Amino acid sequence: MQKTIVVNRFVVGENNKKSLQSIHSFMFLFNIQLLNFKNYEELNMQFSPQINCLVGENGSGKTNLLDAIHYLSLAKSAFPGQDQQSIRHQEPFFSIRGEFRNEDRQHQVLCALQQGAKKVLRCDQVPYERLSDHVGRFPVVMMAPHDTDLIREGSEERRRFFDAIICQTDRNYLQWLMEYNGLLKQRNALLRQWQKNHMPADQDLLETYNIPLLDRAEKIARARISFLDQFEPLFQAHYQALSGGREEVSLRYRTEVLKEDFKEKFEQATEKDVVLGRTTMGVHRDDFRFLIGGHPVKRFGSQGQQKSFVVALKLSHFDLIHQQKGFKPILLLDDIFDKLDDQRMQHLLKMVAGHKFGQIFITDARPERTKGLVKEIDEEVKIFEIEKGGIQNKE
Amino acid sequence: MQFSSKLIENAVGEIAKLPGIGQKTALRLVMHLLKAPEEQSEQLSKAIVKMRQDIKFCQKCHHISDEEVCNICQSPRRDGAIICVVEESQDVMAVENTAQYFGHYHVLGGVISPIEGIGPSTLKISELIHRIEKAKEEDEPIKEVILALSPTMEGDTTAFYLTKKLRAFEDLKITTIARGIPVGGELEYTDEVTLGRSIQARVSFAD
Ligand SMILES: Nc1ncnc2c1ncn2[C@@H]1O[C@H](COP(=O)(O)OP(=O)(O)O)[C@@H](O)[C@H]1O
Ligand SMILES: [Mg+2]
Ligand SMILES: [Zn+2]
Repeated sequence: MQKTIVVNRFVVGENNKKSLQSIHSFMFLFNIQLLNFKNYEELNMQFSPQINCLVGENGSGKTNLLDAIHYLSLAKSAFPGQDQQSIRHQEPFFSIRGEFRNEDRQHQVLCALQQGAKKVLRCDQVPYERLSDHVGRFPVVMMAPHDTDLIREGSEERRRFFDAIICQTDRNYLQWLMEYNGLLKQRNALLRQWQKNHMPADQDLLETYNIPLLDRAEKIARARISFLDQFEPLFQAHYQALSGGREEVSLRYRTEVLKEDFKEKFEQATEKDVVLGRTTMGVHRDDFRFLIGGHPVKRFGSQGQQKSFVVALKLSHFDLIHQQKGFKPILLLDDIFDKLDDQRMQHLLKMVAGHKFGQIFITDARPERTKGLVKEIDEEVKIFEIEKGGIQNKE
Repeated sequence: MQFSSKLIENAVGEIAKLPGIGQKTALRLVMHLLKAPEEQSEQLSKAIVKMRQDIKFCQKCHHISDEEVCNICQSPRRDGAIICVVEESQDVMAVENTAQYFGHYHVLGGVISPIEGIGPSTLKISELIHRIEKAKEEDEPIKEVILALSPTMEGDTTAFYLTKKLRAFEDLKITTIARGIPVGGELEYTDEVTLGRSIQARVSFAD
């Protein structure tokens, strides 16, 4: 059996009260209780409102703990398709409880899942009707080694990334997206029926789907554009700071939807759609292009530039939430010490030291390195040594 | 669950197929029937079989009926020039319970949903069009069709499709039931979509 136990925590920097008060509006995770979550049988922890370092060997459960925090914030794992796999092997359920605090209140959030049942999410004992009502109340931004998938993978990955950000800040967008996806599913089912039965396309029925689909598509495309208008300057500033201001970067949204002849082209594609059994045009085909000096960063960016690119994306996400909510989201930094070179690391640490962030969780497999780096920082630091198999006192 | 009797097991199995009834409740019902006089079981099974065999659907509106034409369609006190289109017979009963509507109905039998294999031909849509054509030929034209479908995407799609088909009839008014904030509901707690729809479909202030 694997057991993860916190052995030892200590505090660096005693003037934490002062710096906390200087933050006008704040939100942080005060504690967490896990039951049967991934490799944790049972765990209780109390966190620093500022910096929390989770150190321990690979496979000890550091990323799992960050994922538990991700669940409390967004009601889902940071990794796709993980709900049932998040239940500890041979157990019937998991539960994650945590207390978020802000200046005037504390809120108990519970996220639990029973095998084969629907996920439960409660805030202060009150269940949510829709999980989406919770999203955005206690925001987190996570940086993880697999972030460069955003650059390497297909357009779906990037749409998912940006859609999630826009949904957090724009309720209408979430609604449009759900309607669009619902209509698309129905339209595709219809196309597949026609394809199978060699039936003629019922123009009236097709139009019944086309009209609202085109309407939502246009709204979604416009929302994506106005989002990028806001997001790109934040992104460019972060990238410049990370890279020392050498290269010019940009984010381009590519869509057919807003072109004048889109409706015409969409209708002309019907025949092809029936043959393929799916809708070949629309915002579900759009892409966000990542450019460096005008060229795709996927092909023309160095490893280091690609890393700066994704870190800048995440930091801009952080800024956007901060701007719109008026408080800072929790920052989850998974194994970034291994991934970032010195210059980028220095930039991040400078931001940390300059109180640019709120609560932070950092994981590292090398405790000495983390301790060395955070020693300089004038904030309340707690270091948790995560071990599997039992207690091991280090100090 | 373990049963000492095959007979009990069969009965429990059948009853537990009903919606909202699990094995435990089914067993309780069976035990109740066993204690009650035998006639009660006979009456129950007869009533169910007779209901299934003799039930009819109204030829005009497709509502559940004892006769070829239901009592709503037959009633001389109701206005046959207005048709309220609903998904299921339960919806007829719901609207009837309001005692606010005195026209006729048309039961579609569901809503269009290709994912579930339900297309226009699965539903009583061509029957509705026929009905309106026939009324026109008989010089008793339908004046208004009220679409009373669920406020879901499938309901909206079906309403849109029907509107397209019915637009061909001149002088036919097509309306849809108003959607909005429940009576006693507080604005602050109404979701944005409902509130948005209510504002778009606002009415002038009277009384
Ligand atoms: N559902 C589960 N039940 C039990 N153990 C799990 C479960 N899911 C993941 N694990 C274990 O968690 C460990 C990985 O933990 P992780 O948080 O990724 O470690 P790291 O500290 O390297 O970030 C692996 O040993 C894996 O077997
Ligand atoms: Mg890890
Ligand atoms: Zn009838």
